[in-house]
Amino acid sequence: MAEALLAVRNLVKQFGALRACDGVTLEVLPGETHAIIGPNGAGKTTLIGQLSGDLRPDSGRIRFAGQDVTRLRAPARSHLGLARSFQITSVYRDFTALDNVALAVQAHAGHSYRFWRPALGERALREPARCILEEVGLGERAEVLAANLAHGEQRQLEIAMVLATKPRLMLLDEPVAGMGAEESQRMVQFLSSLKGRQTIVLVEHDMDAVFSLADRISVLVYGRVIATGTPEEIRINPEVRAAYLGEED
Amino acid sequence: MRAHLRLTVLVAGLVLLALVPPLAAALNQPFYLDLLRRVMIFAIAAVSLNLILGYGGMISFGHAAYLGIGAYAVAILAYHGIYNGFVQFAVAVGASAGIALVIGAVSVRTSGIYFIMITLAFTQMLYFLGISLEEYGGDDGMRLARRSELADLIDLGNPVSFYYLVLGVLIAFLYLSHRLVNSRFGMVLRAAKSNEARTRAIGIAPYRYRLVAFVIAGAMCGVAGALEVNHTNYLTPNVMHWTRSGEIMFMVILGGIGTLGGPALGAFVLLLLEDLLSGWTQHWQIILGPLLVLAVLFAKRGLAGLLPGDRRDG
Repeated sequence: MAEALLAVRNLVKQFGALRACDGVTLEVLPGETHAIIGPNGAGKTTLIGQLSGDLRPDSGRIRFAGQDVTRLRAPARSHLGLARSFQITSVYRDFTALDNVALAVQAHAGHSYRFWRPALGERALREPARCILEEVGLGERAEVLAANLAHGEQRQLEIAMVLATKPRLMLLDEPVAGMGAEESQRMVQFLSSLKGRQTIVLVEHDMDAVFSLADRISVLVYGRVIATGTPEEIRINPEVRAAYLGEED
Repeated sequence: MRAHLRLTVLVAGLVLLALVPPLAAALNQPFYLDLLRRVMIFAIAAVSLNLILGYGGMISFGHAAYLGIGAYAVAILAYHGIYNGFVQFAVAVGASAGIALVIGAVSVRTSGIYFIMITLAFTQMLYFLGISLEEYGGDDGMRLARRSELADLIDLGNPVSFYYLVLGVLIAFLYLSHRLVNSRFGMVLRAAKSNEARTRAIGIAPYRYRLVAFVIAGAMCGVAGALEVNHTNYLTPNVMHWTRSGEIMFMVILGGIGTLGGPALGAFVLLLLEDLLSGWTQHWQIILGPLLVLAVLFAKRGLAGLLPGDRRDG
């Protein structure tokens, strides 16, 4: 078996009396789409926050691409190839779609202490950004202000920004949340087109999306991973059914 | 065409300003030269504050500090017999930048109300430092020993030359901030204001960029301070009083936060209104206050926001 791209050991994060993350251990293999599911309040977003570097764990270790990144902050992790999307859409609302993506390209094109030349005219930033917008299906909407994009388009835009940082691992926090059936179908299709090329950690509530995308699934309940396995294994796991899937019937 | 209306108005305004000296001479009203020179000096300060307030989201309530540092640099050097304007202005810029670096290094780590309070606190410290400098006039201030001497290039004793120098600096700083906010650096600054979490997630830690912007804004305002002390011919710690910081902030908000020419427009409207109303009644503040409240309520993006403008001119 290939060495894990991301290895999480005994991660603990406490908020007051609440242990949102209670000794999570998890491995993500290169190339896989690894879904993390769990009921509300299971600590999924807390986990993503710690993986991206936005939250500092109380204890435990995170290794990424053979390097201990536990103490690195989000910008540094981004440069190692960890890129996240947010549960609540997070784009620059007052920038156009193209400017949003161009900025993500710029963030990975050396430092930004360039004070004179207009960034809006730099082909080195605009061209790659335009390509990525085409790829996620927003090519036509490049010049629209992000605030004026439909909700589903904003989610697509966020994925485009993630891709623009040339990630080795994408952390996607509920990418189809709040989408209509058709939009969410398109997003799932797009994400499945990334399979094999990208390693993805996917937190998602939409079980159709999870079971059609994931190679492996980890189930998080009360801050602990109670099971990890293929979708088939998870579907028939009695503990999972009791703790989680059972609620849905 | 509509998109460029704001820029057109700005250029037209600057052309009008260039025409003021001959007009004032023809109408035999030299007073207007003096008034508009003062307005333009504050416009420079407002343009510099807008860089961090408007584009960087840093609500500095202590921008008058750099006005003071620029003024003190010039006046103290002149007091000790150094009249060379190039040296004086270089020291004014250097000292403003240096002190902005120190204040910024501490305050830029914070945000919101903390940032406002820390910048205010630092400026109050400088204000009281100014008062305690008995050698340089203390509380009362002192006359500027001699105006800055800029070789034979510009004679600051000549009101018209001085006027055009101030106008030139204003235009240069407007252009400079236009370039800055549209550069890669400016995009990072605006992005960090718009959405900090997103900015960190794509791999940019905003702190240093904000600090650099804070220093640039401080240095620019230092120039305004150096011009101001030459303008009044008098050094006083009041130049750093917190109400002065508030006034500059108000110019930015009134004129239009995060627009290129808005803050300069704000300086004009505020100071000219002040002048007009104070000539009319002693209680002019009673009229000015409500007017400003109305302006903020009904023109949320400031006066410049009333004109359609190209988002990209900023």
